Amino acid sequence: MTSLQQPFFPRMPRGRRDQRRYTERPKTQGLLGRAIVESFRKLDPRLTVRNPVMFVVWCGTIVTVAATLEPQLFGLSKDAPGRGFNAVLAAILVFTLLFANLAEALAEGRGKAQADALRRTQARTQARRLLPNGGEALVDSSSLRKGDQVLVSSGELIPADGEVTDGVAAVDESAITGESAPVLKEAGSDVASSVTGGTLVVSDQLTIRITADPGQGFIDRMIALVEGAERSRTPNEIALTVLLAVLTQVFLIAVATLPPVAAYIGGPTPVVILVALLVALIPTTIGGLLSAIGIAGMDRVAQFNVIATSGRAVEACGDINTLVLDKTGTITLGNRLAEEFLPVGGHTEAELATVSIGASGFDTTPEGKSIVRLAEKLGASSGFDPAGATGLDFSARTRMSGTDLADGTELRKGAVDAIKGFVRSRGGQVPDGLDQAYEQVSQLGGTPLAVCRGAEIFGVIYLKDIIKPGMRERFDQLRRMGIRSVMLTGDNPITASVIAREAGVDDFIAEATPEDKIAVIQAEQRLGKLVAMTGDGTNDAPALAQANVGVAMNSGTQAAKEAANMVDLDSDPTKLIDIVTIGKQLLITRGALTTFSIANDVAKYFAILPALFGGVGLGALNLMHLESPHSAILSAMVFNALIIPALVPLALRGVAFRPDSAEELLKRNLLVYGLGGLAVPFVGIKAIDLAITSLHLI
Amino acid sequence: MIDWIQVALLLALVLGSAPLLGRHLWQVYDNRSQPLLDGWLTPVETSLLRWVGDPGRPAEQAWDYLRPLLLSNILFGAVAFLLLLLQPAWLNPLGLPGVRWDTALHTAISFLTNTDQQHYTPEQTLSDFTQLGALQFLFFTSAATGLAVGFAFIRGLCGRPLGNFHWDLVRSITRVLLPLSLVFGLILLINGSPMTLGGPVTLRTLEGATQILGRGPVAAFEAIKQLGENGGGFYGANSAHPFENPNPFTNLLAMVAMFAIPAATIDAFGRFLGNRRQGTLLLLLVTGLFLGLAVVAIKAEQAGNPLLAPWLSGPNLEGKEVRFGAALSALFATITTGSMTGAVNAAMDSLMPLGGLVPLFNLFLQVVFGGQGTGVAYLLVFLILTVFLTGLMVGRTPELFGRKVEKAEVVYSSLILLIHPVFVLVPAAITIGFPALQGISNPGFHGVSQVVYEYASAAANNGSGFEGLGDGTVWWNLSAIVSLLGGRYLPIIALLFLAAGFSRKQPVPPSQGTLATDTGLFTVVTAVVILILGALTFFPVLALGPIAEAFSLPR
Repeated sequence: MTSLQQPFFPRMPRGRRDQRRYTERPKTQGLLGRAIVESFRKLDPRLTVRNPVMFVVWCGTIVTVAATLEPQLFGLSKDAPGRGFNAVLAAILVFTLLFANLAEALAEGRGKAQADALRRTQARTQARRLLPNGGEALVDSSSLRKGDQVLVSSGELIPADGEVTDGVAAVDESAITGESAPVLKEAGSDVASSVTGGTLVVSDQLTIRITADPGQGFIDRMIALVEGAERSRTPNEIALTVLLAVLTQVFLIAVATLPPVAAYIGGPTPVVILVALLVALIPTTIGGLLSAIGIAGMDRVAQFNVIATSGRAVEACGDINTLVLDKTGTITLGNRLAEEFLPVGGHTEAELATVSIGASGFDTTPEGKSIVRLAEKLGASSGFDPAGATGLDFSARTRMSGTDLADGTELRKGAVDAIKGFVRSRGGQVPDGLDQAYEQVSQLGGTPLAVCRGAEIFGVIYLKDIIKPGMRERFDQLRRMGIRSVMLTGDNPITASVIAREAGVDDFIAEATPEDKIAVIQAEQRLGKLVAMTGDGTNDAPALAQANVGVAMNSGTQAAKEAANMVDLDSDPTKLIDIVTIGKQLLITRGALTTFSIANDVAKYFAILPALFGGVGLGALNLMHLESPHSAILSAMVFNALIIPALVPLALRGVAFRPDSAEELLKRNLLVYGLGGLAVPFVGIKAIDLAITSLHLI
Repeated sequence: MIDWIQVALLLALVLGSAPLLGRHLWQVYDNRSQPLLDGWLTPVETSLLRWVGDPGRPAEQAWDYLRPLLLSNILFGAVAFLLLLLQPAWLNPLGLPGVRWDTALHTAISFLTNTDQQHYTPEQTLSDFTQLGALQFLFFTSAATGLAVGFAFIRGLCGRPLGNFHWDLVRSITRVLLPLSLVFGLILLINGSPMTLGGPVTLRTLEGATQILGRGPVAAFEAIKQLGENGGGFYGANSAHPFENPNPFTNLLAMVAMFAIPAATIDAFGRFLGNRRQGTLLLLLVTGLFLGLAVVAIKAEQAGNPLLAPWLSGPNLEGKEVRFGAALSALFATITTGSMTGAVNAAMDSLMPLGGLVPLFNLFLQVVFGGQGTGVAYLLVFLILTVFLTGLMVGRTPELFGRKVEKAEVVYSSLILLIHPVFVLVPAAITIGFPALQGISNPGFHGVSQVVYEYASAAANNGSGFEGLGDGTVWWNLSAIVSLLGGRYLPIIALLFLAAGFSRKQPVPPSQGTLATDTGLFTVVTAVVILILGALTFFPVLALGPIAEAFSLPR
């Protein structure tokens, strides 16, 4: 578990989540102006034809324009509305199209602005490519290919994503992460060996093996996605498009079969009015906003400083059943701090503290430092001569660290059973109280570290794990959304269970190995569940690839990033929860606006049918008491057009999401968008009718 | 008051019998052991299967189920068509000649598709042999085909293989349709329905005139006519004829018979799913829709005709059999159209505008208990569409019965939604557009209703009609055939492909975030979606037909 061994977290995000935005703020100035220009360009039928609903509106507009130029064109000499009415109707239809285009253009514009901000981190640079013969050549960064080796010195930009193969250097990654403190990069290290294109080397020199072709790096993929250029429709969006297309055809049939029936009973059916009826009935509201919703969803992900490699991955987030999380850094703060010394075997607290300082003399981890601090607070002093002493680093194999003094004394601290083994190998005895102390610390959810000098165990240090504030609430939210959380930790089972209970996760795997991670994910997937996980180490890569949603930390290795389908530039593992919310919000927004759009039809029928057939006795259906047939039709059409820009903010922002059970969400959204969709147009059409007639526009 | 007691009695019998019959259906189609029947029926069934050369393997693909279905139906239809066309001399004492080719074709296809539109007067056109060999034969096979499709669809939605068509077809007849028909036929016999091959009798009436009274194997014919939701009458007067429907008791039983199997199928679906609550809620849903529609129809007929008010008060009795009266005729009309039977005990054409709107509305929705097997399938298709629309609103890819509803399901479901208006509205518009084709007997709004009703009845495989319509023409026969076939087989194909694909999906375990479909709220939402999607499409023709006609009456 790399994260357990990770010494510290240089880029833990600070500040409130919603205020964090490391990527340069996209420039939104002039966005509306550009979007308006763009919405006219999108009137091109070759673009409109991709959206079946709006294409029907487009065709209707052409018919209406033709009828404006020549009202007798469709052979209805009497009863056909005049040129003025046709012109107004044509104008409303054009605006309907423009509003729908505007929604899409606005979403794309915001995406482009976001992309530009990202792209600025990626200015073209010169790179020094190492040649096989040992020489070097100055090439353009765009000509680099995967596998090339480049040399980057202090003051130079790293030309592309890659992996450090040689050297140690400080790199300023603020362009991507916003964190101004430089980060140490070195070869071989799991976490620190991956570098991102566009970041600046501020000291020393690195040899980097390029891992992505130009245009294939993470930033490039993100740019393509938020710009909408590479936006392939997600499965749910495709299914919804199908449904909307079929509904459009159903209404096309309902309207197209009307003229002979109406003619038979002596009701006139002027073509322009049929066009109005058709446009009112087909789901233009959702049809006009559908692509904007999708683009805006990607944009929201980008604003969270997360790079998603596909829209499908974002949507899959909404379907996640199980979240696999590392304990350290995600659920607990990365740093465990020494809380208490528990001496055993007749030793005093002071003796234990003294030995502990000795054992931690070369330990630079936060844990080690906190042990020294606590011991000094208790009045203990180092009591050993650093000269000639050597430190032993922690390793996963020995599971202990310590100091060898010049006189041969061995000071050790580490996992309790590791220390037991060490002491026994030196011919020592395990004191009676040790297991008790171990239990005691574990029950508190802490990590027990045994301390010994030579063959003698002095006691146990209680390292306290601090659960991040607010985690319990987040897991409660997840549970309400039906998402199970599984915590993975290298801790012993007792400690793990205590932390799991305190943090409120549903399940935990103690003493976990990287293989366990894949096993957990596969077991869940066999049950048909969708699993999300975060990871950063190379040994996480298989699990990240196995998971349905794998979020790699930007601080992680290149292998992890390659395997994941999202990369979090802030390296904040809890952000997965936000991404799940965005995914859900995306689906809810689509569903809510579709429901709203279809529910609107009821009122529109009651506006247009009595207007169309008032003469043949259907006037009684005019429930809204609209002034005249023409004002009724125009009011319905104006409402139909205006509802699109009115809902653009909602489409771009997404429907408000509260983590709740499906039943609760359904109730609330049905109330707002279902019943609202039935009621709003009655009110809206009546209001527009009143306005039109009182201003004598008709 | 007595009318409403009949409604309550009917519902009590239908809802009371649903769990019992539903359990039986579940046992039959889930191949559970039925100790009382297996011993002597299983050998018959297996030997029948061996006879057609079917090893009895369950279908792996939709086509495996569909191919024998289509082949057998083509064969059944061809046999019936030839019998009608040639009308042999056997059991043909009146020496009735062969039926005109277009009427024969229309009749064969109409009965093959479980519709039973009749563009002829049976007792003056068909011999007993043709009635039995062509029509009653199709009564059984078409109902069995519907049941087979319905349960194949149910199996697919529950994540199982579709099953074997021949096996389902045979067992539908041996274990469901034949036994129930036998019981119901005996009751009819006891109540006075004739059962004879003796041919018509010639008698002198009280006025001294000579009358030829048609007789035949009516009791047997009548039983499967109602139970199989066929509806084609032995007599032109259908269930208004005292031989087909002797008294109010058989009238009540006929109404129960029409709803019994569709209601039980919904209950059986809950058992297949292992979630009886879901089945019960769906049953309550359609019961609610039915009650609402029945009340509208009964009220409309009880209120009477305002145009006759100066001379006649009381309910509208035009075109009604006085033995049953206005309310029971309206109730019968609601049931016969809701269940896609198409038998009538009163003239649909003479119902009040709103009384006529109800049957028409039923034909548009197709789910108010619905057709044999297909009713529950359409209901579940609406459930899929509702899950898709509302499921997105809870922020997950919509799931139904533990499987994801994705593009394929939406494509097939919305195709089924699209098929109906295509085969109703397009031919109706063409026919109304050409006065020479119409055959309308009652011009104006009612004429619109007559034409639209005929195609809606054809496409919904119902079979009843606004019979003022002069529909015995080549145009009517041939254009109705298009709606009959399109309304029957295209949805069946789509249903089977939907079910086959759905059953192969990886199941998803339910969680707190999954939208539960077995709740009161979701059932109400489904009802609203059915009404909106069903009604929005047809609202313009409803407005120009029955609604405009209702408004044109003095108030």
